[in-house]
Amino acid sequence: MLGDFIQYDFLRYTFYTGLLIGIIAPLLGTFLVVRRLSLLADSLSHVTLAGIAFGLWLDKLLTISLSPLYGGIAFSVLGSVFIEKLRRMYPAYQEIGIPIILSSGVGLSVIFISLANGFNNDLFNYLFGSVSAVSKNDFYTILGITVIVLIIIFIFYKELLTLSFDEEHAIVSGIHAKRIHLLFIILTALVIAASIRIVGVLLVSALMTLPVAAAMRIAKSYKQLILYSLLFGEVAVVSGLISGYYLSIPPGGTIVMTAVIILLGSLSYQKLVFRKKEVV
Amino acid sequence: MNNPILSLENVTFSYNNKTIVKEIDFSISQGAFVGLVGPNGGGKTTLIKMILGLLKPDEGTIKLFNQPINEFTDWSKIGFVSQKANTFNKGFPATVFEVVAMGLTARIGYFKFFTKKHRQQVITAIKQVGMEDYVHENIGNLSGGQQQRVFIARALVSQPTLIILDEPTVGIDVTNVERFYQLLVKLQQEQQITLLLVSHDLTSMRDYVTEMIGLNQTIYFHGPPEKYVTQQSTT
Repeated sequence: MLGDFIQYDFLRYTFYTGLLIGIIAPLLGTFLVVRRLSLLADSLSHVTLAGIAFGLWLDKLLTISLSPLYGGIAFSVLGSVFIEKLRRMYPAYQEIGIPIILSSGVGLSVIFISLANGFNNDLFNYLFGSVSAVSKNDFYTILGITVIVLIIIFIFYKELLTLSFDEEHAIVSGIHAKRIHLLFIILTALVIAASIRIVGVLLVSALMTLPVAAAMRIAKSYKQLILYSLLFGEVAVVSGLISGYYLSIPPGGTIVMTAVIILLGSLSYQKLVFRKKEVV
Repeated sequence: MNNPILSLENVTFSYNNKTIVKEIDFSISQGAFVGLVGPNGGGKTTLIKMILGLLKPDEGTIKLFNQPINEFTDWSKIGFVSQKANTFNKGFPATVFEVVAMGLTARIGYFKFFTKKHRQQVITAIKQVGMEDYVHENIGNLSGGQQQRVFIARALVSQPTLIILDEPTVGIDVTNVERFYQLLVKLQQEQQITLLLVSHDLTSMRDYVTEMIGLNQTIYFHGPPEKYVTQQSTT
């Protein structure tokens, strides 16, 4: 089944990229979910779309052959910084930045899409993902993002976990909560920009949250949560990519539906275990 | 009086033009078990937040270990068990070990990692609070009293000199409250840990604390618990 993915260069890059985002998206997703910031991913993905549309417009205007992915990364990181600023400006309404940035992202996307001559096939790929859209350059950019994300999470794991569990305690014990949070939100922006080529703007947040939601039903510790989330993420990406390719469906849809099936499986598993315990 | 671990001089704090606490003066010596009591809205939590550096006083000086609070950096000397410990996200997938280990995060410092020595410290803190049978249990599966013990262990693990507890017995049944106070006394007597406990629960508290401070915007009492009870019954 993997034959074509090994044989053809363009599919090989897609497959490798899929393996990478199958790691980093659920990894960041564990922190997003436990901090009740799942909607942040949705917000940043829409800003990323604005960046991509900006890139396509620049491409048309100046005929620069630069991957629109860079525009997406820049907008996503900027959006994350603005969300953090709004969070600090409205301390009693910390989630307020999420809808503001989301709607700004959609608004900007509409403007740039229209300036870039409307909807084209490439943009459709960015919305729902594509098995053939990952270039060699995109792959190396996403590989770079993966390495950065893994190193930073490894270094700041204990600070991120402490902050996620009890922010007040973390601050009192002397952890620089604002800086760590900013770092985390920028990493999230990078992961979203990296994942968009495969799963698409509209479904990227699902890849960050569905495997985590499934893992939460069976994990007893945070390390187990990460482990199961990565496992479910990889299974969803690999099977979603293969089925999407053979069924000629954008992989965003097949990846997310595989993740939904895994979630349903984990819910049933938990019910089964619970019932067995009751019987015993 | 011994060298005070914590001292406040003329501390005043207002919010939205309303005075919350006014001209607060007191100090706490090493090894004391101090109960801070007072009515709701009397400024207890505000005072604790100032002592923890989360709020800045409008006037006055707070010193921790003889250092003005704005120059104090060694926060691992201070353990904190907040009110929120009772209302944490019960679905958070973390084991008792992981939660207690979080108490070492700041002490270990940035760019440094958890070692075998830290692991031993975590196990020791868990044993100190009698939770060694639950090391790998999910914190959400424990009873309120057991969870509170875990939060004490999280405060203990960085080997603090002072532990501040803000309403730690809310939501815990009477039997477990008694056991909880006995644990605090044990820590205070065996390890000379200084305790500052904020509570409404005057009845249980007065049998265990060595000093009491009554706060209602200003300090209306500071002395031994027996005298507080006598003074309250005569007024």
